[in-house]
Amino acid sequence: METVVSVKNVSMKFNLMEEKVDTFKEYIVKLLKGKLLFNEFVALNDVSFDIEKGDIIGIVGFNGAGKSTMLKILAGVLEPSCGSVTVKGTIAPLIEVGAGFDPELTARENIFLNGAILGHSRQFLQEHFEEIIDFAELHKFVNVPVKNFSSGMYARLGFAIATVVDADILIVDEVLSVGDYRFQEKCEKRIRDMINKGTTIIIVSHDIGMIERLCNKVLWLDCGVKKDFGETQKICDEYKNCQ
Amino acid sequence: MFQEMRKYRNLVEELVVRDIKTKYRRSILGVVWSMLNPLLMMFITAMVFSQLFRFEIKNFALYLLTGQIIFTFYSEATNFAMGSILQNSSLIKKVYVPKYLFPFSRVASCGVNLCFTLPAMLAIMIYTGQTISFKILFAVVPLVLLFIFCLGVGMLLSALAVYFRDMFHLYGVALAALNYATPIFYPISIVPQKYIWIMKLNPLYYYLQAFRDVVYSNVIPDMSLMGLCALLAIVALVVGYYCFNKLQNQFILYI
Repeated sequence: METVVSVKNVSMKFNLMEEKVDTFKEYIVKLLKGKLLFNEFVALNDVSFDIEKGDIIGIVGFNGAGKSTMLKILAGVLEPSCGSVTVKGTIAPLIEVGAGFDPELTARENIFLNGAILGHSRQFLQEHFEEIIDFAELHKFVNVPVKNFSSGMYARLGFAIATVVDADILIVDEVLSVGDYRFQEKCEKRIRDMINKGTTIIIVSHDIGMIERLCNKVLWLDCGVKKDFGETQKICDEYKNCQ
Repeated sequence: MFQEMRKYRNLVEELVVRDIKTKYRRSILGVVWSMLNPLLMMFITAMVFSQLFRFEIKNFALYLLTGQIIFTFYSEATNFAMGSILQNSSLIKKVYVPKYLFPFSRVASCGVNLCFTLPAMLAIMIYTGQTISFKILFAVVPLVLLFIFCLGVGMLLSALAVYFRDMFHLYGVALAALNYATPIFYPISIVPQKYIWIMKLNPLYYYLQAFRDVVYSNVIPDMSLMGLCALLAIVALVVGYYCFNKLQNQFILYI
């Protein structure tokens, strides 16, 4: 099998400043007092794993285990302090649906803006416009500014845009917890369709049931350290017992 | 990098369109304001200064308008670009997008705005009987160079503003100072000889000089002036890009 994502010895350190220094004056005052202390916080410590093409990886762990940090590094949003990440193919990040929405613009305009952020061409979006609206079930609200949308509508639109393209790798972070039961099922179905097409998927969720249903491998992070990586059933059982 | 530029060309277009749309959303006249605004500003300033101070400047309206076009573009573009990283923080935290696109798209949308004001300038030129020849085409050169200059300054400011929010307040004051240090509404001849060096430290002075040479004096600016404008633009771009590049990996920890 072909390795599409390779994470090698990735560590992420943050400087936890006691208070954030935001102004020149504070900065200089603190510098003079020698109080520019940096409390180092290690969010990820020497994590390595490989993802093969077609894998469905679930990432589990308690709050603060570094799951979201890991996803951000995979998506290229964060630069790891050390170690390296190599990714082959395109990534569709679903870290937070509707991250690029402008509340003043209408759903139609936001589809083009958000699509452009994900790297789609205008022509591509025009061709798939109906499909996106169909999936999001927003026919009546195409020309309404999204600031008037409910959070469910927001999530539906965001999910529809992000999954319209067949990316090589899809990253999903807890987004499925929004929306009603019916829409969650619809999203899961769409993810299944993508799985059947051979898309590699990385999911973070506290919904252990969903991870068990979808994933073939699980990464368990605990306080920034890789605790285990491998068979879904085995790790999920251990994880549940741990709770 | 050029490949990246091509890939995200569509995004730049969308961002520029968004800026322009949100700027004029729900206003009745819409984009017409881009034309109307400098004209109205010019009328007010012209009224104040032609009655109050009585500078001896022929075709004061055009003199004023050229000054305002250059200065307004600079101040709007740099100011707007300064907040680009902070205001797009929700995006930068979630999706990977080359970050320089944000200041770039904002300067570009101000550039589009500038293009809307040019017909207003042309109208004033015709109305005041200014001779218009093919030389007017040379006006593009200082404008393009100024665009590059603004891009460099905008990138630097947007990176600095992430770390020090004071920049917003500080830069407002700096712009006010720059406004008076640029001969927008007064002739250069009223500046005392011993203070002229202050004016020559102001980069905008050269861009305005070149732009006025073409539009107002109907001559092609000499090569040394053009060369200076180009040099300033390149230096600003290189410094801006270098600092931006150095700082950008840490942005996400501060926004």
